[in-house]
Amino acid sequence: MSVVADLGIAFGRVAFVMLFVLNLGGLLTWVERKQSAIMQDRIGANRASIFGFRVLGLFHPLADAIKMLAKEDFRPARADRFLFGFAPFVSVFFALVAFASIPFGDTLRVAGREIPLQAVTLNVGILYLFAMLSLGVYGVMMAGWSSANNFALLGGQRAAALMISAEIAIGASIMGVIMIYGSLNMQDIVRGQGRSFLGGWLPAWGIVTQPLAFVLFLTAGIAATKRIPFDTPEGESEIIGYFVEYSGMKFGMFAMADFLETVVIAGMTTSLFLGGWQVPYLGPEGFHLPWGWAWSLPHLVIVLLQVGAFVVKVCGMIFFMMLIRWTLPRFRYDQAMRLGWLGLFPLSIANIVLTGFLLLLWDAR
Amino acid sequence: MARAVFLLVAAVAVGSALGLILRRNAIHGALFLVVNLGSIAALYLMMGAEFLAAAQVIVYAGAIMVLFVFAIMVLIPGKEEIGPDPHRRARLAALPVGALLFVLLVLVVGRRWAGPAATTTASGTPDAVGRLLFTSYLFPFELTSVLLLAAMVGVLVLARRRA
Repeated sequence: MSVVADLGIAFGRVAFVMLFVLNLGGLLTWVERKQSAIMQDRIGANRASIFGFRVLGLFHPLADAIKMLAKEDFRPARADRFLFGFAPFVSVFFALVAFASIPFGDTLRVAGREIPLQAVTLNVGILYLFAMLSLGVYGVMMAGWSSANNFALLGGQRAAALMISAEIAIGASIMGVIMIYGSLNMQDIVRGQGRSFLGGWLPAWGIVTQPLAFVLFLTAGIAATKRIPFDTPEGESEIIGYFVEYSGMKFGMFAMADFLETVVIAGMTTSLFLGGWQVPYLGPEGFHLPWGWAWSLPHLVIVLLQVGAFVVKVCGMIFFMMLIRWTLPRFRYDQAMRLGWLGLFPLSIANIVLTGFLLLLWDAR
Repeated sequence: MARAVFLLVAAVAVGSALGLILRRNAIHGALFLVVNLGSIAALYLMMGAEFLAAAQVIVYAGAIMVLFVFAIMVLIPGKEEIGPDPHRRARLAALPVGALLFVLLVLVVGRRWAGPAATTTASGTPDAVGRLLFTSYLFPFELTSVLLLAAMVGVLVLARRRA
C-alpha cells in the first residue's frame, strides 16, 4: 500500500511539473499572438471555433497542432537520416526536463507524509538546471548540420555561439545568488528568500539582494531562448536559420522548444530572484504583517497559496519576456555576441567580486 | 532495481564508447562521446556524487564537447572532399599498438581486482567536495587553475599573432 502511495506521489510530482510546463508552453503560442495583438491595437487570433464557441481564440493552439501534424514531413535527400529526425527531440527534451529541479511549493504535509513540492529533490538543483540548459545546444547544432544545407549549418553555428555566450553569463550571474543564500539546492535558495530586511518590511528576495544579477540573468536568459531580440539564429522571416529544412511537427517542435525555454527561464528567474513560491509576509503558520497583525491559516491553504503564488509569478515573468520580445528590435549578430562576452560576462564577474566583498562586510558587522 | 538501472546505464556507456570508436563520421563519433560522458555522469549520480555528476555534464558534455562538435562541423571536411583515406599507412601501426594497450589494460584491471576494493567514504555533496578542494587538495587545485590560466593566455597570444 505504502509503495503504491509513494509511487503515486512521485508520479504526481513529475506529472504536475511536466503538464505545467508542457501546457504553458503550448498556451504561449496563443499568448504570443494575443499579447502582440493587444500591444499593436489589433484583435488577434480569434477565428478557430468549436461548435461556434471561440473563447478568445484559445482553440488556435489546437488548430496549429493539428495543422502541423497533418503537414508533409519533408526530409532533404542528402540529410543525415537519424540526426535529422532526432534533433527536434533533443531540443524539446532538454527544455522539458530542465524544470524538474524548480520547486513549485514548500513541503506538503498530508496524512503523516512530507511531500516536497518539486519533481526531483537535488542538492545540486541549480547545477542540474544549468546542465540541462547547456545540453539544449546539441539539438540546434544537430539540426543545422544534419540538414545538409550550408545556410542551416551557419544558422546552427550562430545559435550554438549565441547560446554558449548566454550560458556563460547565466552561470556567472547566478553565482551571486548562490553566494548570498549559501546553497546549490533550489529549495534552500527559495527558503532563504523567506527572510526579510528593514524590520520585516522588505522580503529578502533575490531581486533585492542581487539586483545587478537579476538584470544580467534575465538578459542572458532571454538570449538563451533564442527569441527576439536575440533571434539571429533563426530569424524566421528574414534570415535563414538552423531549421529551414524542417517542416510539419518537427518544425513545430523547434518553435515549441523556444517556448519551453521561455517557461524554464521564467521559472528560474522566479525561483532565484522573485522568491519562488514565497508569498510576502506569509509564514508556515499564516500571515504575519510587520506591524504585528497576524492571521493564522490551515496548512493546506498556505500550500495552495504558495503554489498559486509560484504560478502567478512565472506567468508574470513570461508576460514580461513577451513584452520585451514585442518591444525591442533584433540585435545584429555581432552586437549580441559583444553584449554577451564584453557586457554581461565581465559585469557578472564584477557582481561576484562585489557580492563577496559585501558579504564579508555584512558578516563583520 | 538499482542493479538493473546500473546495467542499463553501463550498457549505454559501453555502447556509446564503441560507437565513438567505430563510426567513420566524426560528428557521429563526437555525439556518441557526449552520450558516453552523460552516462558516466549518471553512474556518478548513482554513487551519490551529485556534484561530480553535475560538473561532468556541465564541463564535458555541455562545454568542451560543444566546442569539439562546433570545430568538427566547421573544420573537418566530409568524405567526398578528402577522397580516399589519407591515414592508410598509419593504420598499419594500429594493430600492434592496440594489442599493447589491451595487454596493459588487462594487467591494470587484473591488479585492481586482485587488490582490496577502493574504499569511498567521502560524500559527494558540493560542500564536502569544496571543503576537500580548499583543504587537503588546495595545492593541486591551485596548480590546475594556474595551468588553465597559462593555457588561456597562450591561446590568446596565438590567436592574436594570426590576426
